Amino acid sequence: MTSHAETLVRARGASRVRRARGQWAAWAFLAPVIIYLVAFYAYPLYRNLDLSLRHYTVRSFVRGDAPFSGAANYTTVFSDPTFGPALLHTMVFTLVSIAFQFAAGLALAVFFAQHFRLSATLRALFLVPWLLPLIVSASTWSWMLNSDSGIVNFFLTSVGGDPINWLTSPSWALTSVIIANIWIGIPFNLVILYSGLQAIPGEIHEAASLDGASAWQRFWRVTFPLLRPVSAITLLLGLVYTLKVFDLIWIMTKGGPVDASTTLATWSYRLSFGNLLPEFGPGAAVGNLLIVIALIFGLLYIRKAAP
Amino acid sequence: MNLRGLGAALAVTACLLTACSSGDGGDATSAKDATYAVWDPYPQFDDSSDWVKLLTRCGTDAGVTVKRTGYDTTDLTNKALLAAQQDNSPDVLIVDNPVVSTLAEAGVLTTTDEMKTDTAAVSPNLLAAGQQGGKTYGIPIGANTLALYYNKKVLDAAKVDPATIKDWASLTAALGKVKAAGKKGITFSAIGTEEGSFQFLPWFWGSGANLKQLDSAQGVAALTLWSDWLKNGYAPNSVLNNTQTTSWQEFAAGDFAFGENGTWQLANAKKTGFEYGIIPVPSQAGGTAPAPTGGEFVTAPVQSDTGKYAATQKIIACLTSADNALTTDTTLSYVAATDAVQQKQVAANPELKVWVEAVRAAKGRTSDDLGTRYPKISQPMWGAFQAALSGSKNPQQAMTDAQAAAGK
Repeated sequence: MTSHAETLVRARGASRVRRARGQWAAWAFLAPVIIYLVAFYAYPLYRNLDLSLRHYTVRSFVRGDAPFSGAANYTTVFSDPTFGPALLHTMVFTLVSIAFQFAAGLALAVFFAQHFRLSATLRALFLVPWLLPLIVSASTWSWMLNSDSGIVNFFLTSVGGDPINWLTSPSWALTSVIIANIWIGIPFNLVILYSGLQAIPGEIHEAASLDGASAWQRFWRVTFPLLRPVSAITLLLGLVYTLKVFDLIWIMTKGGPVDASTTLATWSYRLSFGNLLPEFGPGAAVGNLLIVIALIFGLLYIRKAAP
Repeated sequence: MNLRGLGAALAVTACLLTACSSGDGGDATSAKDATYAVWDPYPQFDDSSDWVKLLTRCGTDAGVTVKRTGYDTTDLTNKALLAAQQDNSPDVLIVDNPVVSTLAEAGVLTTTDEMKTDTAAVSPNLLAAGQQGGKTYGIPIGANTLALYYNKKVLDAAKVDPATIKDWASLTAALGKVKAAGKKGITFSAIGTEEGSFQFLPWFWGSGANLKQLDSAQGVAALTLWSDWLKNGYAPNSVLNNTQTTSWQEFAAGDFAFGENGTWQLANAKKTGFEYGIIPVPSQAGGTAPAPTGGEFVTAPVQSDTGKYAATQKIIACLTSADNALTTDTTLSYVAATDAVQQKQVAANPELKVWVEAVRAAKGRTSDDLGTRYPKISQPMWGAFQAALSGSKNPQQAMTDAQAAAGK
């Protein structure tokens, strides 16, 4: 009896030791990813939130003793005359860009799904805008749209039109950066939607056409609904990419003239880095607003995708 | 799970924590006392350049090793602020002059008194950009400023003698003649950044206006001058988006009579293939307008280890000594900050005479004890000329709004 109880106790103890050791190992394996997440996601986010809640001057930035100022930076940002236009421009820029990118990307994807000769080559060519470094494509666009020596105005005047001040007129600047951004974003939509189309089995199309569906009906009744999950993720990613577009606008117009093409992203940069005297607090506050907007759409997507 | 697995996982974790990839981290700390960090905004120079050789030699003379890093000039302010926050400032920081007051305000820089830097020979108008509250926070390494380049062929064709351009009226009249002759008038940079403000200031100050009162009659007159040029087609609409480099490219293409640009384009001017000349920016009433000074200051950031200052002093004295300043300013295409060296420069290259005069008339943007108030004025000011030139506001309204924003 006693020997039996002893073995039992010993076995239990050994299993406890083994379990404890197993737990340590589990934590140790988890640690790299946790450290990575904390160091590169949680901490920067926390710092940005902290920056936006304190009154920073250059002096207090260096000393690290900026007083807590609550929502003061947010009030400053909301009451700034730039806020309204910047928010509006961000919305217009994002929605118009995405609408055109998605429509053009889908049309091209359907077109390339036909598998004609050279379709692979042409598709590869369409990727060029996505492959070019942004500084290259944005600078090229800004040369092409130059009021005086740009090729677009040269073309306009040679067909008898009036030249347009694409980048320097308050009524055209936003349109110009949107056009450039649509051009850059089409390949991304094309590639993802094309791969989505590949996943739709051909038999369904065959069955539909046997049932007498026209090409148009096949697209709207078969392709489009089956493409919905892929479309949703394309739109969400496009939204996040477009919300934060900064380099393109900064290179082409610097957000100007005046604030005509300023979005929240360029405004945030201008506040924090675009001046001799950095305003980190309001800059961080605008950055946080962008994060919140992206987060809202991300949550919407998750809720939609869940059931 | 066995112990070996645990060990491996822990090793990976430990590596992540201590950044085990950086092998030379240990050496740097042990040799810290003898290594002096110098940051400059001249990334175009590599280790084989005269500038870096000079830095190395000045370090060796002071008995230390210099570790030099070149940053993009727009990057350097934030890099310097962050480094100060981490108590990791370079020993010598060479920084654009309007930034000096920002860094001084942050408490990042030592004064020239503390560093026993001799600033007596430096022209007072150049030194003023680094002065705030009666203290001086650095010494200029050299200066540059703006003037008007002209294309001789275009002016000849329009029958304009550049020597007759003495004030705004004669300049505008010349632009009219050039346009009538089928050529383009003047190009400059009116972009919505500090660069645009830099280009606007010679006209703003040339009208007699003061940065503390943007919407004065003189300030509005300066803006009206620019916006009328655009309205009359004397200046292209592209100025709104021009950096000084793109503006230079427009001028170098050969169609423009005038281009407002800086000392640093002098080497490029020789490559344009047409005959050019340089006149100072005229003021409204006649004479040379005060243009803003460009160029960097040599500063010594505050160190927690004040024992390092002795060698820092020697390095700064070496960099700004007359002989070395001549070499540096020639390399950078700058005008020297002291009379004596300026005279040597003109003796060596008579073409620099007009630039030396322009630098003598020039004024620091942060001078007049404006200091860190300048950036808060400059931003509404560039907003104002962007608004007026793009036609969204008239000059008076633009300047009134700008003053309201700057006065906040």
